[in-house]
Amino acid sequence: MYAALWRILPGPVWVRILIVIVLVAVVLVVLVEWVFPWAADTLLPQDSTVGG
Amino acid sequence: MHDSEPAETPEPAPAADTAAAPTRSAARRRSAAATRLSVTGVLGEILVTAGVVVMLFLGWYMWLNDITAGAEQQQAAEEVQQELQEQWERGESTAERPVDPGEPVISAAPAEEGEVFGTLIVPRFGPDWVRSIASGVDVKTVLNSYTVGVGHYTQTQMPGEMGNFALAGHRRTYGAAFGDIDKLRLGDRIYVETVDGWYEYVFRGLEYVWPTGVEVLEPVPAAPGVAPTDRVLTMTSCNPRFSTAERIIAYAVYETWYPRADGPPEELSGVVQARG
Repeated sequence: MYAALWRILPGPVWVRILIVIVLVAVVLVVLVEWVFPWAADTLLPQDSTVGG
Repeated sequence: MHDSEPAETPEPAPAADTAAAPTRSAARRRSAAATRLSVTGVLGEILVTAGVVVMLFLGWYMWLNDITAGAEQQQAAEEVQQELQEQWERGESTAERPVDPGEPVISAAPAEEGEVFGTLIVPRFGPDWVRSIASGVDVKTVLNSYTVGVGHYTQTQMPGEMGNFALAGHRRTYGAAFGDIDKLRLGDRIYVETVDGWYEYVFRGLEYVWPTGVEVLEPVPAAPGVAPTDRVLTMTSCNPRFSTAERIIAYAVYETWYPRADGPPEELSGVVQARG
């Protein structure tokens, strides 16, 4: 899968590395901004109140 | 052993050129084979990726999010402090003057849940530690909020009022407002700031109850139906850390109050001045 992705990327090696870094950064931002908060609220509900 | 070593070491350098060609073609052959995606190969990569994402999530949840959310809550609370000062300067106090001038002024409870009406200042949690207090203890809009973090149980009294002023905050995650609640020591000062001034409470002790222990919110904590003769501050949070099995309760007793006209208490004046 990742090998296929690497071959699909255009340009010389350094361009590909640059593209991969950007892709990984985009994925990380999406995870931290949207996916992780959603998962925390949905999967791990926290309650610090009494009688709540 | 010792004899063969000097003879072998120079070898890799001349061999590199001749060995490079077959290695490169072998790599090409290998990559050609890998072009055909196998089910197990893709599945394996997906599973490894999922594992990495779960690790990243836990790191974010337990550590990174507390730092970023805590910093945002701190900043938001400092803005609330400035706002309270401006509100007071505009004469927007909701409190009625007490009959006895020695009594603290009691602010009216906010009309809407989620409304920020004051700040909590605990020097033990950090030299300039401050969090906004919102009305209500709703998990999503108050306790998990990146701008609040501390909630007031609306069925309890207001700061300085005879009875119980009860607050809730997270022990871990979402800024962990009460993360260091177990580090409070006898005699520690806890300040509540409203538009009218600062209420000083003195920490007395900790208690551990089940999540159903609503009696800690009574006007006299743990004594339902008893008429209050003290002004108490109660903080509730999770116990142990990372768990919601029990609740840790911190009690503080009212000491005095500082009208805003006279400026902040001495312990806080340095912090307020430094912030300008």
